[in-house]
Amino acid sequence: MSLYIVELLKINSMSFKLPKLEYAYNALEPLIDARTMEIHHTKHHAAYTNKLNDMVAGTEWEGKPVEEIFSNADKVPAGVRNNGGGYYNHNLYWKVLKPGGADKPSGSLHDAIVRDFGSFGALKEEFAKAAATRFGSGWAWLVKVGGKLIVTSTPNQDNPLMNVSEVQGTPILGIDVWEHAYYLNYQNRRPEYIDAFWKLINWDVVSDFFHA
Amino acid sequence: MNFELPKLPYSLDALEPYISKQTLEFHYGKHHQAYVNNLNNLIKGTEFENAGLEEIIKKSSGGIFNNGAQVWNHTFYFEQFNKDGCDEPRDKLKVEIEDTFGSFDEFKNQFTKAAATLFGSGWAWLVVNADGKLEIVQKPNAGNPLTDDQKPLMTCDVWEHAYYLDKQNARPKYLEDFWKILDWKVVAERYDN
Repeated sequence: MSLYIVELLKINSMSFKLPKLEYAYNALEPLIDARTMEIHHTKHHAAYTNKLNDMVAGTEWEGKPVEEIFSNADKVPAGVRNNGGGYYNHNLYWKVLKPGGADKPSGSLHDAIVRDFGSFGALKEEFAKAAATRFGSGWAWLVKVGGKLIVTSTPNQDNPLMNVSEVQGTPILGIDVWEHAYYLNYQNRRPEYIDAFWKLINWDVVSDFFHA
Repeated sequence: MNFELPKLPYSLDALEPYISKQTLEFHYGKHHQAYVNNLNNLIKGTEFENAGLEEIIKKSSGGIFNNGAQVWNHTFYFEQFNKDGCDEPRDKLKVEIEDTFGSFDEFKNQFTKAAATLFGSGWAWLVVNADGKLEIVQKPNAGNPLTDDQKPLMTCDVWEHAYYLDKQNARPKYLEDFWKILDWKVVAERYDN
C-alpha cells in the first residue's frame, strides 16, 4: 500500500461517516415511507455528518470520539453540539428500527421494564407521551441510568449522553420527533407517527444496548 | 376569552407556487387551528381565562405561552403575504433599513442568514427596539419578541411544517421564495402604527 493511501485512510478514519442502512428505504413502508427515509438519511443525516466533520476540523475536538464531545457539551461550540447530536442520534434511530419490528422485549430487558414502569404497556404510554409533548424539534428516549430505565425527551439534537441533558445516561431507544421525520407521511399528526414507530422497534437491538 | 382562528386574508392557493395550497391547508387549517384550540382549553379556569393574547404572551409560561404565542405568531405571519404586494420597503422604513443595515440587500442577507441558521424550530424577526432601532432576532420554538419589549415588524416561520411539503430539507429555497410574497406595505403599516 502506498504511503499516500495509508495517509488517506488515516484521515478518513478520523472523520465521522454516514452509516449505510441495514435495510432498503422502502423496507419500513407503509408505516414510514421510502421518500421520507431517503431524504432523512441522504439529506438530513448526511448534512449533520458533513457539518460535524467541517466544524471539528482543525480544532481540539478533531479526532475525538463523539462521546467525548457530548461529555463536554457545555463547552463545545453550539454547531459541534448540534451536529454531533444529529450525527449520533440518527445512527441510533436507524439501528433501533427493523422492517416489521421484533415482537416484544424479553429476558432481563423485559424484567427491567416491568420493574421500572409496571408493564410493557405502561412504558409504551409514557414513551409516546414524552414524544408527543416535546414542543418544537427534538427526541424522546428510553435511557439506562445506572441500572434503572427512565423515559425522557431532549430539545433539538441534544441527547442523554450530553452533560447538559436533564436526564443523563445511556440511550437505548430514541425516536426523532423533528417534523422532517414524519411530515411527508403524517403532516401534523405526530401521534400517528409515534404509533407507527412503535410497531417498527427492533427490541433485539434495544436489548443489546441495554446489556452493553 | 375564547380565541378564534382569524380568517386568512387570501385564498389557500393565493401564494402558489411559492407556498402551496396543501402547505397552507395544513399550516393554517391544522397547525394554527390546533394552537387556538389548545390555548382555549389550557386557559380555562386559570388567571388567563379572560386575558388578551399579548398579556398571555408577556405573562404566561409553559403550554399556555407556547400555544398563545403560536396563535399570535401565525396570525402575524399569514397577514404579511401578498404575491402582488409591495416588494420592497419605501419612505421612512426604507431609510431606516438602509441606515441600520447599509442597504436593503444587506438587510435581506442578514435576515435570510438568521432564518437559515436558526437550529431546530422557531422564528426569525425584524423588530423595533425600545430605542427605536431596527434589529433582526432569532427566537426558538414559540418565541415572540413582545417578551423583550420589542415591536415585531415581520417574521419568518422556520418550523419545518412551514415548508417541508414544498421544499423538504431545502430551507434556503423556502427563504428565497419568502421574499417573493412578503408585502412591504403590510410591514410599513406595522412600522407606522
